[in-house]
Formats: sequence, structure tokens, C-alpha cells
Amino acid sequence: MTDADQPILVATGVVKAFGGLRAVDVEQLEIRRNKITALIGPNGAGKTTFFNLLTGFDRVDEGEIRFDGKIITGMPPHRLAAKGMVRTFQLTKALAKLSTIENMKLGALGQRGEKFWAALIPGSWTKQEEEIEQRAEAILQRFNLTHMRDEYAGTMSGGQRKLLEMARALMTDPRLVMLDEPMAGVNPALAQSLLELIKALPGEGRTVIFVEHNMDVVQEIADWVVVMAEGRIIAQGTPAEIKTNKAVVDAYLGAHHGEDLSQVELT
Amino acid sequence: MDWGFIFERSFSAMIGPEVVVYALAAVGLNVHFGYTGLMNFGQVGFMAAGAYGVGVSVFWLEWNFWVGIIFAFIYAGVLAMLLGLPTLRLRADYLSLVTIAASETIRLLARSRVMQPITGGVEGVNQFAGPFYDLSPFELGQFYSFGPFKYLGRDVWVLLVGWTLLILITLMVRQLMRSPWGRTLRAIREDEDAARALGKNSYFYKMQSLMLGGMIGAVAGVLQVIQKASVQADTFNPVITFTIWTILIVGGPGRIWSPIVGSSIYWTLIVFIENTLRELPSNVRSTLEETVQLSDFNISMLRFILVGLGLMLLARFRPQGIFGSREEMALDRR
Repeated sequence: MTDADQPILVATGVVKAFGGLRAVDVEQLEIRRNKITALIGPNGAGKTTFFNLLTGFDRVDEGEIRFDGKIITGMPPHRLAAKGMVRTFQLTKALAKLSTIENMKLGALGQRGEKFWAALIPGSWTKQEEEIEQRAEAILQRFNLTHMRDEYAGTMSGGQRKLLEMARALMTDPRLVMLDEPMAGVNPALAQSLLELIKALPGEGRTVIFVEHNMDVVQEIADWVVVMAEGRIIAQGTPAEIKTNKAVVDAYLGAHHGEDLSQVELT
Repeated sequence: MDWGFIFERSFSAMIGPEVVVYALAAVGLNVHFGYTGLMNFGQVGFMAAGAYGVGVSVFWLEWNFWVGIIFAFIYAGVLAMLLGLPTLRLRADYLSLVTIAASETIRLLARSRVMQPITGGVEGVNQFAGPFYDLSPFELGQFYSFGPFKYLGRDVWVLLVGWTLLILITLMVRQLMRSPWGRTLRAIREDEDAARALGKNSYFYKMQSLMLGGMIGAVAGVLQVIQKASVQADTFNPVITFTIWTILIVGGPGRIWSPIVGSSIYWTLIVFIENTLRELPSNVRSTLEETVQLSDFNISMLRFILVGLGLMLLARFRPQGIFGSREEMALDRR
């Protein structure tokens, strides 16, 4: 098997319980490299909790997570970011009182000027800062945010914040981009350009995992769909397969969807 | 009324020793709260750490005065680290609780009988700042006038050193906050999880911020006890912390010149109000004493009441402080 065929992310026996509730109980999940994988499921299926476990924002009770073949279980988020895994949040975290360009520059990894003593000596980091700024401007251009460059991020619309958060995530030059409901609250006009931007990521050698409720979005951009319900993975497949999968339809709409309720036997 | 005297006092207060000491402490708090969002309600504790760091090392350990000053900074840094270790991973409010408790613990311990051989107890430590004043180019007991400002020679020396330190430290903080390091602090202030997701070790940065601001607070404490030539536990009470907060908020948190301007305005007002009330014509004064019991003691209370009133008006009409921007303030509400 060549390196490109190796899954980028593997979760094995991952369990997270809150009190008696097993919020996440995933036996095995492999995420294929340079593909777009959608994680879907009804409300309370454990998608966001699972996301938090994979990205180090929450600790697993049991199980093992491997990124690029290396165990990353229990590793804090900032170290995962350094390894090439970045995430966005369901509730957008644009840094309101930083300008758009500052938000972007923050995303760059390995900045010399982020060390206390080096910060006092501008000469040691200004050159790198210029490079980072150029990279940030190029990405802003791509995301159609150049006109917001020097505005506070707090003045942006909800959709623009989603764009900014994704653009900022790309500043870390990630190999795995994890998007938590990237389309939520985005108006239809922006939604289409956001979809195009996500679709372009695998071509740059980036793998995408995203949580989404909107099935149209999933059908349009996902290469692979993973369905969760009650903390477990109940189905996987291509978007077309998932659309007609009975377990999935049952999980979303209830097992007796479309039937005459008077004919249903109560169990 | 002797307006000349009132204005002489008020002008001298504008850039006087209190202004420098409180501005330094507020620079430290600005690093904590203004730039990093750390809710430190015990800044006076770091001042006390600096004050006792030098006082105790000279009085009890009989170290050289200058070595004592270096020890004071290290001590304040270590204290900041000890306070930060258990709290900086937790929600912001835990730090407030721990810092206010720690500042009171330091004060109560220092004035306790058990600690008397070390800290001097209630009497504190006196007569330790000789080496500082030995370097003074000014006659210590003589008055010097510069335009509207008038000080004793010893205070002129304190002011010269104090303002130099204050300006240097402010410029250092400005440089830090303009760097990527400062950008990361501000990002943590806005949203810690976002910073973590982007590869920043927020715990580490918050620790650096807490230590830096605490050590700047220690500079304030050291300067204060040098100026007063004594270390007294009860001068480090929690009211000082809230005065420092007031000063920072008057200037506007997260702005580089806020501590200096806020401190200057605060002390000018306090001294102006006090001296005006004391210098009222004797018939007005006696009427006020009979009707509203405006005794000398009550005057020193009344000035705080009036400053409090001023602050309420400020909060109502200019909540962002003098240097803050209303636009930025409005972003919080979105």
C-alpha cells in the first residue's frame, strides 16, 4: 500500500461517556486521505463530541486515535495544529477585536515573534511577518475578503465570519481540515462560494472532514459519508448509497416514517 | 481661599510619586486584563511581594539593597507562577478568587505576630532604602521647583528614577503588544479556544502574561516602599487593587498610555478635591461642619465619594475610557 492509500485519521474503540450516557462509542473509523468526508446524524448523535475528541478539545475515556499513523490520543489542540490538523467551530470564533488581517496572521505556525524575548527584538521577526502577511493576503483574496482586510472581524456578517474562520485555518497549512457545520447561518449567495472553496481543498493535498445537517450540501461535496446516531456509527458510504440506506432514513425520520401509525405495533 | 496653594498641590500631584507607583501597577494589570483578559483582583499582592521581597531581604537576610531588589522581582515572578499553575487552566473567575485571596494572605501573614522577626509585623520594615538615596544628585531635604511643580529633593530623585522606569516599561509593553506575541495574547483574550485550535499554547501564554504583569506590579511595590522608606503591611490592602482597576478603566483597558493618564487624572482629582475642601473660607467651612459634619476626617472620605461619582458619570457617558474606542466597545455586544 502506498502512503497515499493510508488513511490519514484512524479512530479505534473511541468511547466518551457523560455520566451514564455513552455520548460517543465508535468502534472503528478510517478517514481517507485527500477526500471530503461528511459526518452526519440527527441532533444529539454525538457528532460534535466526536469532533472534540478527534481535535483534542475533549479527552477520550477509552480508545485510540491515530493521525498519519502516529498516536495522538490525549494530545492538546495546539500540538495537533502543529502536526497539521486544524478545526473550525460550530459557533464561529472570529476574534472580534482583532482586524481581519490580524486574525489571519495569527493562524501562521512557527512564528519567531511569538516567543517572548524575540518579540522584544523586532528585527528577529519582521521579515517572517511580511511573508506571513503576503500569504494571508493571498488567501483573503481567494476568499473574497480583501475589502475587509483592516476592519475589525467583529463587524463581519455571520457568513463572512465563517469564511474568515476557514481562511484563518488554512494559514496553518493543514493536511486535515475539520469543519464543524461550515454552512450554518451562511446566506445562499455566500454558501455557493464557500462550497467551491471546500471542494478545492483536496486538490491542494488537504483532507476535509465536516459536520453538516444540510443533506443537499452533503450530496454536493462529500466523497464519503459517515452517519452517526446515538454515539455510534450506523452507516458509511458514498452520498448516493447513504441516500437510500434504510438505517439512515430510520435514524433521521424514525423507523415508522411514512406508515399509518394505527397499523404500527407498539413494542 | 488660597487658590495658588490648591493649584500648586494639584499640579504637583499630577506627576507625583503616587502617579508613578499606581501607573506602574496599572501597566501590569493592563498586561493581565487589558491585553490577555486575565481577571486579576490581587494586583496589590504583587506590589506587596515586591515591597517585602526587598524589605525582608535587607532587614532579615541582611542582603545588599540592590540584590534585594533583584530578589523582589524573582519573588513576584515565582508568586505569579504559583498562582497561575492551578488556575490558568480553569475558567477565568478562578484566577480572580485566587489572586484576591493571595493578596490578602500576603498582607495578613506579613503583619502577623508569627512573622514579626522576618517581616517586622505591624511595624513593618523601616530605614532600608539608604543606598537608593545615597545616589541622589539632589539635596534630600531641600525643596525644588520646576514651573508649577514643587517637590522635596528626595521625591525629585524618586520621580526621576520612577518616571524613567515607567516610560521604559511602557515602551517595552508597547513593543511586546505590537509583536506576534502580543497578538497571540489578544487572541486569547478574545477567544481562547480559537487560539488553541490555531496552534497556540494558551496556558503558556497566560502564564507569561501573569508573570510579566506581576513583576511590573512588583516594580510599583518596590518604588512605593522606597518613596515611603518603610514597608507597612496595611498599606497593601485590597482597596489599592480596586484603585488600580479604576485607573485602568478611566484610561481604557488594552491601550498603552491608559495607566499613566488614568493614574494622573485620578490623583490630580483626589488632591484637588481634598485641598479645595480644606481651604474653604472659614465661615463656609464652619457652616458645613455644623450642617453636614464636614470634619477633616470626613473630607478624606468625601473625596473618594466625589471620585466615585465621577467614575459613575464616566461609565455612563464614556464607558470605553479616555483612550478606548466606542467602535471596539460595541463589538462586545454583537
